[in-house]
Amino acid sequence: MSGAGTRGRVDGDRGRIGMWLFMSTEALLFGGLFLLYAVYRWRFPAPFHEASLELSRTLGALNTVVLITSSLAVALAVRELREGRAALARRYLWAMIAFGCCFLAIKAYEWGEKIGRGLYPGAAALAARGPGQTLYFGLYFTMTGLHALHVIVGMSVIGWVLALMAGGRVDAERPIKLENAGLFWHLVDIVWIFLFPLFYLIT
Amino acid sequence: MGELSFHGYIAVWASLLALTAITVTAASLDLGAAAIAIVLAVAAAKSSLVLLYFMHLREEKRVIIKVLVPLVIALLAVFIGLTYTDVLYRGGG
Repeated sequence: MSGAGTRGRVDGDRGRIGMWLFMSTEALLFGGLFLLYAVYRWRFPAPFHEASLELSRTLGALNTVVLITSSLAVALAVRELREGRAALARRYLWAMIAFGCCFLAIKAYEWGEKIGRGLYPGAAALAARGPGQTLYFGLYFTMTGLHALHVIVGMSVIGWVLALMAGGRVDAERPIKLENAGLFWHLVDIVWIFLFPLFYLIT
Repeated sequence: MGELSFHGYIAVWASLLALTAITVTAASLDLGAAAIAIVLAVAAAKSSLVLLYFMHLREEKRVIIKVLVPLVIALLAVFIGLTYTDVLYRGGG
């Protein structure tokens, strides 16, 4: 009968169940936006086709690779922490933060390029292209913007977990905070896995 | 079914990259409406890999989580699918 050990495990289970519940609400949040996208693509097929050609497939694919690799780094960090190799786990987490910054830098470049050409909601150049393309870029900025916000939050939470690991409050016996932060980061990865084909690949 | 080894994680990562290459290639071949089905199927496959291996659903012991995830996916399918078909068959009225 190891009271403390059992309690720790049960709390870990509770924390994980809570995390999956929260991620369910996130799925519904993005699901609503996916629905909006599907309906407007059906209503404005030609403008959506024209507008989607403005995005760079190369940069979209590059960001997909960056985000998938950052997910791998987090998965490996969780594995190393559970095995008791906290120092190696922290190195993987720093790698993940570097990949996250890389993703945001590419995203910022893409946004900057679109904004530079007046392809943002409210711009006269975009309004001149008609309501369909205005909707496309409105959805593009809303959905990739909400996703980028999640990237920033995910990186911040991992940064906080790194601080807790440095203080010895997250370790092989108490990995739940890193595990949940990791789950959130993988969810952010999954959202991008759908955003990439919707905006960059389907034309 | 225990947790993956280091090489197991690398294999999942390599599969995700291979699927990304497949989806980009499929989208650049002029396949018309079939391209939409292919890229969405690949996205579903990639998400399944992330959920099962990176998010550890494969080793999940808690029944509530094992039930919750398919439930949320079904819920999304119903509300996106039904609302979309509703818009589709309303005929501009």
